[in-house]
Amino acid sequence: MKAAVVTFPGSNCDRDLAVAFEAAGFEVARVWHKDTALPVGVDVVGIPGGFSFGDYLRCGAIAAQSPIGAAVRAHADRGGFAIGICNGFQVLTEMGLLPGVLMRNAGLKFVCRSVMLKVATTASPFTQSYAAGQELAIPIAHHDGNYTIDDAGLQRLKAEDRIAFTYAANPNGSMADIAGVLSANRRVLGMMPHPERAVDPVTGGADGQGVFASLMRGMALA
Amino acid sequence: MKARVTVMLKSGVLDPQGEAVRHALGSLGFQGVTGVRQGKVIELDLAHTDAAKAEADVRAMCEKLLANTVIESYRIEIG
Repeated sequence: MKAAVVTFPGSNCDRDLAVAFEAAGFEVARVWHKDTALPVGVDVVGIPGGFSFGDYLRCGAIAAQSPIGAAVRAHADRGGFAIGICNGFQVLTEMGLLPGVLMRNAGLKFVCRSVMLKVATTASPFTQSYAAGQELAIPIAHHDGNYTIDDAGLQRLKAEDRIAFTYAANPNGSMADIAGVLSANRRVLGMMPHPERAVDPVTGGADGQGVFASLMRGMALA
Repeated sequence: MKARVTVMLKSGVLDPQGEAVRHALGSLGFQGVTGVRQGKVIELDLAHTDAAKAEADVRAMCEKLLANTVIESYRIEIG
């Protein structure tokens, strides 16, 4: 299975994400934002955390319009898998691949600490290795993670079981405690917490491994 | 030709930064500030000579990049 990790100017979790994919058994290709195509045979695209383009205009807005953005959109439209973490989640919403937006944290502060997440659905290629309702310790590090969506959109997410993760204790004002959401075809996940920072007990926990292990397992079956 | 785009959060969308400014004004002793909304102004220098064409183009820019219309509204002034 092949993963591509995109790097924008200002990305700072790209290497961690590549290491997490590799640890789960993926072959990883690194892709630059000016590339106009993904490497041949890519199964999953990872959009990493960081501060792409300095968060200018809005978080993720410039990255969403970068040359590689069109290739990522085409990959998702073909039914390809994609995961956006933190700034990557913001990029995916700005691309329109995921609904809603990430607004400034309700407390206005940058929040950087480990939080408890609940696995809200196991019916996804990203969460199937977890148990329903399982609690995970995963770090967050963001200023704009306050997930916001209109009422109709929220009802739709709930009705279609597309909320992947929720916060056990809401750190940022997110609607319905949402920490991560899935696309309608369940093959695109955006989440603010950083599972790629929780894949090795040596560096503070391995609860994030399941995201990558789920994906590996799901794609082997697909 | 110049264009000025004002991007604001739509009414009904909670603006945490505006709220923080409102609280700060209150603590400075300014009474009677019942609401603060914070937005941004983007000024564009355009090579256009036709105002209608300029407005149409700037509208497309707003829809594509300058505003996130999920939560933001925009106003365009051409002059």
